[in-house]
Amino acid sequence: MLILECPYCGVKAEETELHGGGQAHIKRETVGSDDDAFEHYLFTRANPRGVHLERWRHANGCGKWFHAARDTTTLEVFGTYSAQTYVPPKAIIDAITAKRPDWSLNDWQGAT
Amino acid sequence: MSNAVSALQGATSEGFAMITEAGLRGMITLRGDLSSAKLKKAVKSAAGVDVPAQRACNSAGAKAVAWMSPDELLVMVPYAEVVDATSRLAKALEGEHALAVNVSDARAVFTIEGEGGREVLAKLSPVDLSREAFTTGMFRRTRLAQAAVAFWLRDETTFELVCFRSEAQYVFDALSMSAKPGSEVGFL
Repeated sequence: MLILECPYCGVKAEETELHGGGQAHIKRETVGSDDDAFEHYLFTRANPRGVHLERWRHANGCGKWFHAARDTTTLEVFGTYSAQTYVPPKAIIDAITAKRPDWSLNDWQGAT
Repeated sequence: MSNAVSALQGATSEGFAMITEAGLRGMITLRGDLSSAKLKKAVKSAAGVDVPAQRACNSAGAKAVAWMSPDELLVMVPYAEVVDATSRLAKALEGEHALAVNVSDARAVFTIEGEGGREVLAKLSPVDLSREAFTTGMFRRTRLAQAAVAFWLRDETTFELVCFRSEAQYVFDALSMSAKPGSEVGFL
């Protein structure tokens, strides 16, 4: 069972209280972007076995969206953080690299 | 004007805890900046209690204010006063980025009374309801079986619970089944 702490209401919510929102930190391509970039934005998602950054919504709770860093194979949670950010805060990156020294944000963003 | 009635009109069910549909209750959803002095003052004059801390419910008599999310409160007043209270709140918050809406008729309220109340809810919600973890005055939005609800501990043996009116029968049935005599787990 996956348990994430909602950074907005502080509840340690288990999976059934949450709704997954897929990959985090996607750059929205819009007017002026070329077809390749738009296609990438629409359809290409990282699907890593290991560390993943995701969006979650505390659906049966405060209703807010937030971000979570977790391992998709072990369900280990590295931390949750505010949705109002384009990149994970340093504390989250440190928590991940402490356990997975070879992980990097750039590699993750390039993963498919 | 039409005669307002609550969803289950005071239905009760007695098991190892007493489940009662609590009838009509005035409820106002208030969204805005909870740290604003103007909002704090408006809430205090409407409900007679301060803006609650995170995941808490402040109550005094028939009135209460509950923390719903970082930008939302639930203000509870007697049903007869709700229209008045809503317009007074809206007026007091003029010029603020805030919204007060009367949601009384969209909701149903239940009370769960008795020593077994914690267990009745613990069977249905993914919440730690032990005496140490869930104390008087705490408020929690969660799910009850499949329905979205919010509940708080009014005093040591009384929970109050709100849900959507359309789900009132489902919630009542789920609570009644959970409180069925002989189904006590005896853990909490």
